[in-house]
Amino acid sequence: MLERIEEIRVEGSAAIEAAAGTAELEELRVRYLGRKAELTAILRGIAELPAEERGKVGGSANKVRKELEALLESRAEILDASELESQLAEDRVDVTLPGAPARPVGHIHLITRTTRQIEDVMVGLGYRVMEGPEVEHDYYNFTALNHPPGHPARMLQDTFYVQSDPEVLLRTHTSPVQIRSMEAQSPPIFMIAPGKVYRRDSDATHSPMFHQVEGLAIGEGITLADLQGTLDEMLRAIFGAGRKARMRPHFFPFTEPSVEFDVSCFQCEGTGTLVDGARCNLCKGIGWIEVGGAGMVDPNVLGFVESNGYDPERVQGFAFGMGVERIAMLRHGVPDLRRFFDNDVRVLEQFA
Amino acid sequence: MRVPYSWLREYCDPGIEPGELAERLAMTGTEVERVGTVGPPSAEGFVVGKVLSAEPHPNADRLRVCAVDTGDGERTIVCGAANVAAGQTVPVALPGATLPGGHKIGKAKLRGVESAGMICAATELELGEGPAGILVLEGDGLVAGTPLAEVLPIAESVLELEVTPNRVDCFGVYGVAREVHAISDAPLSAEPWVEDAAAAGEGEVGDYASVTVEAPELCPRFTARVFTGVRIAPSPAWLQARLTAAGQRPINNVVDITNYVMLLTAQPLHAFDLDKVPDGALTVRTAADGEKMKTLDDVERTFDAETVLVCDRNGPSGIAGIMGGQTSEVSDETTSVLLEVATWNGTNILRTSRMLSLRSEASSRFEKQLHPELCGRAQRIASRLIIELCGAELVPGTIDVAAEIPEPRQLRLRGERVEGLLGMAIEQADQRAYLGRLGFTAEPTGDDLEVTVPPDRHYDIAREVDLIEEVGRIHGLDEHLPSTLPSVAGRVGGLTPEQRLRRRTEDALRDLGFDEVVGWSFTDPAEPGRLRISADDPRADGVALSNPLSEDQSVMRTTLLGSLLDVAQRNLARGADRVALFESGRVYLTTPPTGLQADPESAFTPVGALCGDFVGDRAAPAIEPHRIGCLAVGPLAAKSWRGGGEPADFFALKGTLEGVAGLLGLELSVEPAEEPFLHPGRSAHVSVAGEPAGWIGELHLLVCRAWDLEAAVAFEVDLAALIAASPAGEETFEDVATFPAVYQDLAVVVPTEIAAARLREAVLAAGGGLLHAAEVFDVYEGEQLGEGRKSLAMQLEFRAADRTLTDDEVLAQRAAIEAELSKIGGSLRA
Ligand SMILES: [Zn+2]
Repeated sequence: MLERIEEIRVEGSAAIEAAAGTAELEELRVRYLGRKAELTAILRGIAELPAEERGKVGGSANKVRKELEALLESRAEILDASELESQLAEDRVDVTLPGAPARPVGHIHLITRTTRQIEDVMVGLGYRVMEGPEVEHDYYNFTALNHPPGHPARMLQDTFYVQSDPEVLLRTHTSPVQIRSMEAQSPPIFMIAPGKVYRRDSDATHSPMFHQVEGLAIGEGITLADLQGTLDEMLRAIFGAGRKARMRPHFFPFTEPSVEFDVSCFQCEGTGTLVDGARCNLCKGIGWIEVGGAGMVDPNVLGFVESNGYDPERVQGFAFGMGVERIAMLRHGVPDLRRFFDNDVRVLEQFA
Repeated sequence: MRVPYSWLREYCDPGIEPGELAERLAMTGTEVERVGTVGPPSAEGFVVGKVLSAEPHPNADRLRVCAVDTGDGERTIVCGAANVAAGQTVPVALPGATLPGGHKIGKAKLRGVESAGMICAATELELGEGPAGILVLEGDGLVAGTPLAEVLPIAESVLELEVTPNRVDCFGVYGVAREVHAISDAPLSAEPWVEDAAAAGEGEVGDYASVTVEAPELCPRFTARVFTGVRIAPSPAWLQARLTAAGQRPINNVVDITNYVMLLTAQPLHAFDLDKVPDGALTVRTAADGEKMKTLDDVERTFDAETVLVCDRNGPSGIAGIMGGQTSEVSDETTSVLLEVATWNGTNILRTSRMLSLRSEASSRFEKQLHPELCGRAQRIASRLIIELCGAELVPGTIDVAAEIPEPRQLRLRGERVEGLLGMAIEQADQRAYLGRLGFTAEPTGDDLEVTVPPDRHYDIAREVDLIEEVGRIHGLDEHLPSTLPSVAGRVGGLTPEQRLRRRTEDALRDLGFDEVVGWSFTDPAEPGRLRISADDPRADGVALSNPLSEDQSVMRTTLLGSLLDVAQRNLARGADRVALFESGRVYLTTPPTGLQADPESAFTPVGALCGDFVGDRAAPAIEPHRIGCLAVGPLAAKSWRGGGEPADFFALKGTLEGVAGLLGLELSVEPAEEPFLHPGRSAHVSVAGEPAGWIGELHLLVCRAWDLEAAVAFEVDLAALIAASPAGEETFEDVATFPAVYQDLAVVVPTEIAAARLREAVLAAGGGLLHAAEVFDVYEGEQLGEGRKSLAMQLEFRAADRTLTDDEVLAQRAAIEAELSKIGGSLRA
């Protein structure tokens, strides 16, 4: 009996070792370890053996069974692995084919992007973002901004008027939102107003529609020096650290004193001269680039909203305005204002 | 305003290069557009010459061979001018000199005769019109070889100032000189109008002329003087040169003097040929509506009742403050001159010049309101010049019809206000000095100053704050102003939830593959027609402009679709094979669309600015809802070797819209509805929370054709409607993890005409509180279902927040759903 068990071990081990596939291995499992297998029968018949043989035969048969089980298992692992290998080999693809196109990602328009950037800077400085109508009353666009009827300052901006009502126009600046906001909110007020504005003018440097951002800060003791500081902060945030604002006295009907403001040129570091000695083309050798207009809000303007707490003897402050396209042109080298409204996707897609 | 530098320096010489002065002016409030040069680029090589002889050229009829003394000896110059003659003193360009325009003079043989230089005409030196031929200088005392620049302003630098409309004083050279004095502290010469002319004429001015002002409110002052024995002639070279450099064409001595005095003082003048004014009687009156006159530029003008005219007995002889007429124009025959110097109402002049589309050097000054005081100044300077240059005699007396001349303005400048407004301190002594240099008088009273405003600045400087600007700008903002931030408390910045959600919506569309465009707010009145919008549709009634730049930009848009189509068309014409575009912007409506009316009964709350409800006491004149428009032409993603590339259709864009709505936490309702510009079978209205929000659909083929497109799909929604309904930011927690959901599929056969949304609504209604979601995942139509029927497969999700559902509970709900479906003609599919 013990010899027969040894024979089964030798024969079974060899067969398992030689098995070429997982299917054959399964057959061998049935043959050597299944219900009808010889070894199974031997183990089942142990009780009928003489008492002195039972221990020896039982131990030997169990040992062989465990050994064959272990062999089957390890052989199965090897065969599984190699079968997977060949399966994977068959699944090979041509990795040099182009990838499946992703759905393209779109782009935010440069005007929106620039407006948001300015909004974010000013929000950080404590300002809220206000909006007003583009089809506006003459009162808000001119009269309440200290442009009385017949005043030559009205000629500064060529205005589109609305057919149905001579007192209604397309706003020529975002400044009407100043008045609307002051009517709605008592001082202190810190607001900006981005949006579309319209002037009757069209060439490479003028578009009949363009975008401005207006700023207004009114409270007790707000000074022209505070305007300087605010412009410094804002222009640094837009044009980069190390930039500086420069104010040049100017005239606007709704501010007094009035200034135009420039940013120190970021291409030549304000020197007017490039590294190679050539004259800076961006600032035309001046070292400064004009950005917008500003000033201390004229007492006459505050007078229009005095009943809402804007007593010019008690509160004062500044306003500033600038063109969004102009800033985008400077920052991104856009050569012509009209490109913004052409909406050529080949251009739109340059700005991620 | 063109200011020749030599003329400016006659009154105030800052001792610096024009370029440097330009920079200083710019930093104190007077922008210099450019510093130009009139005449040759350099005065080098131009000298005074004496013509010793002028003989005919042996080989050319029209040329002369001249011997000219140019100080360095005698030279031969061939000259083509008919007027050259021995004994003349002339300007000579020596070899090496460069003419205006860049031509360099060299030695040259002209028809066989060597010529060493050129005798110059006035025009060749840009010194004015001059007589035909060469310029002949007044010879007395001029030495041959003297640099020409010492005699004539050649190579003149000209500052081209961009004077702001408040600074009417700087429309005169002396005003600019005062400004230069103020900013540089260089000495200022005495005012050129101090000295008056001696009146040597016969009689008295009243014997020659009379003036009646019938419209004193429009003519605050009218002065007139009379000159006899006037000899009309070309002006001397210096005057012609000066006018030319300042941009004025010399005409004759009298007219040139009026222009010269205007350029010097900012006060325009007008000369009449007195013999052509019957009895010398002038009347200032408003025109009769429709009255006509021919102006000096030979154009017949028609006036309205607000136009002010200067008339003689026979009718109008000039438009007050704007342009004279032809009837009494000064001509070569003129011997007596009436010189008018008047003050007009600036607002009226501006109005009339706009009405007539006629602007002149005079009107551009008058419209900014001149002070009546300036009349006397101009009369005095002009009188001296007319006597000196025209050989005339001034008749004693001045006609002066004056309404009230304003009292000099007195203002108090509080010391604390200067620092309080500017945020920088300026010593009182400095304030006084700056104001003094600007022509103000300023007397200290404690920390304050009592300031008297000069007439030149009367209308510009009316308040304390105007004085603060003056002392601040002269002190120097660039140099002295500190950089501080407002120290006001209670500042909290931020975007409103609406503004944040608008950005989020825009970003969502970007991430879904759409390029943002910014379209024109104006459009063509024919656009609604091309969109098949009928004339009685409110969208055909846009806000129309009264003065558009062109017809195709004459109406404000009422939909974003037109500009999206325009952009698509342009890009496809440029070779793009597909576009996916969106715009986030306003439309402009004259009547409110449904859903945006402020209906107090409605649960819908308009979201401020997004639906045109702006801050401010007065409502906006038009309705300006902020919209999101989206348009796709061609596939949303490119075709590849694996397939794909189907053009975007209704469902592609609906998926986009649902994606955006999902980001806002919204469920949209999309129901079939027609729009004139959409495919009638593939169009829908979009609503949210029961309120209309917009439309979606494939575009009508006829609309596609009008924009040269094969097919396109679009939607347009009111952002306010979406954001008002959005719970974004206000969501509450829902437990989906503690108790598991039960998922079941349901296949229902229904008549084809039953909309999927109806079926889903029925299922959800019948599912009771336990049916959490029901989504269609398959649609099938085929023979085995029979004609007119379709099968929809849905996945149902049952769940309860407080327990695990039992099979019986789910079965009961399923039975209820089946029963509900049978009511609408549906049955479960076997
Ligand atoms: Zn630069």
